[in-house]
Amino acid sequence: MNLLERIGRVFLRLFEETGLWFGMLARTFLWTFRPPFEGGEWLRQMVRVGVDSIPVVFLTTMFTGMVMALQTYIGFHRVHAENFVGSVVALAMLRELSPVLVGLMVTGRVGSSMAAEIGTMRVTEQLDALQALATDPVQYLFVPRVIAGIVMLPLLTILGDALGVGGGYLVGVKLMGANPVVYQNNTYQFLHMNDVWSGLIKSAFFGLILTLTGCVRGYYTRGGAEGVGRATTAAVVSASLIILFTDFFLTKLLF
Amino acid sequence: MATETPMISMQHVDKTLGGRKVLDDMSIDVARGEALVIVGGSGVGKSVTLKHIIGLMQPDRGRIVIDGQDIAELRTVELNNFRRKFGMSFQEGALFDSMSVFENIAFPLRRHTKYTEQQIRERVDECLDLVHLPGVSSKRPSELSGGMRRRVGFARAISLKPEILLFDEPTTGLDPVISDVIAELIVEMDRTLNTTTVTITHDMKVAFKIADRVAMLYKGRIVEEGTPEVFQQSTNPIVQQFIEGRAEGPLTE
Repeated sequence: MNLLERIGRVFLRLFEETGLWFGMLARTFLWTFRPPFEGGEWLRQMVRVGVDSIPVVFLTTMFTGMVMALQTYIGFHRVHAENFVGSVVALAMLRELSPVLVGLMVTGRVGSSMAAEIGTMRVTEQLDALQALATDPVQYLFVPRVIAGIVMLPLLTILGDALGVGGGYLVGVKLMGANPVVYQNNTYQFLHMNDVWSGLIKSAFFGLILTLTGCVRGYYTRGGAEGVGRATTAAVVSASLIILFTDFFLTKLLF
Repeated sequence: MATETPMISMQHVDKTLGGRKVLDDMSIDVARGEALVIVGGSGVGKSVTLKHIIGLMQPDRGRIVIDGQDIAELRTVELNNFRRKFGMSFQEGALFDSMSVFENIAFPLRRHTKYTEQQIRERVDECLDLVHLPGVSSKRPSELSGGMRRRVGFARAISLKPEILLFDEPTTGLDPVISDVIAELIVEMDRTLNTTTVTITHDMKVAFKIADRVAMLYKGRIVEEGTPEVFQQSTNPIVQQFIEGRAEGPLTE
């Protein structure tokens, strides 16, 4: 196989998988509005995506806020701009770090397990059994998971915002000895409501991406236990990449 | 030929999977109330045939008509509802392992009927009685033996009172005694529920026990069919080799 052929193949696969992904997105969307509605299943998935992710989100965002404060303080100290540490930490957390880190952490925690779960159902014929029982797997499995992602990721991001800014405050005030009142004022000085919204909108998209990717990868699993392993890895890798791509374009779009 | 329309009719079905022609001009009719058993070696397209009948796979060419309805003409949602006519039992049971036995059998009832909790409980017990497996409803699928899992799968398949029952390798991986118990159970269910059944298996003993008519699938099409008696007498070397389980013959060439 020559180089051009290989490149061509990679692109063909990429297009094919993109097509599958958007096809499933459309099916998920359509099935969302068709009865019966799985109230209990929606709640269960929300607990799984949201509530169960709190410890991970707690540690990740808090420490990121703390290290952000530490690093910017070191840098800004050299140009005597220590006053702006609070503003930078808040802006970075709200606009960028909290949504992206929460998205990536939840991808690793939940996106992977969704791929493994649905993939196992595929290889043990449970997906066929669902259909044989007159139940569309997209409706029963995809819809509750994707809804949970879209609803819970913004909520986790709000938590992350608070913890990140709080962690920054702890380091700035307790460790670096900044004046508490001045630090707080600086934190809010340059913030707009828009900063909060753009982070939350992004995180809703990330929630959609990570859950749908997990489901789609699981759905198209082939080849026993090994296939489930591959699907799980692929779900995490592709969801993470898509999140980072979309992050750039959404940021450009939302300012 | 029977005068009434067949319950299941596959007409000249072709299906290629992964570059290999699995079904090649496959045609077969199943009359209302009949028990058909399709036999054949591994990988000759038995499972694929069943999946076509219930619409889990679409044919590349040909038609599949169920109770006078061409299933290719149904839209996604209609096909979904149409599947309530069917009960299907899968190879390893394919029970939902996140649910208890009770929830597995109650699953189609909750989704497709307006039964109260009381009625659901009664129907689940009824189904478990029919497969002679009372008192396991609180167990998890992982706690059951292979034979029990198969029977719970049957109970789930019949809970919506289907007109057509499909059995995919109902006895594979079970010991001979349990296989016989399962075969008897299928005969009994077929009689009491008055269904049309299609069973696929490679176990000839089971096939002769269940079948009104046996058909042999080879290289993607039916090569022989008839009542168990006729089938057994077949002079077709392929059939003879398969029934006798010999290593030499046209099947292994």
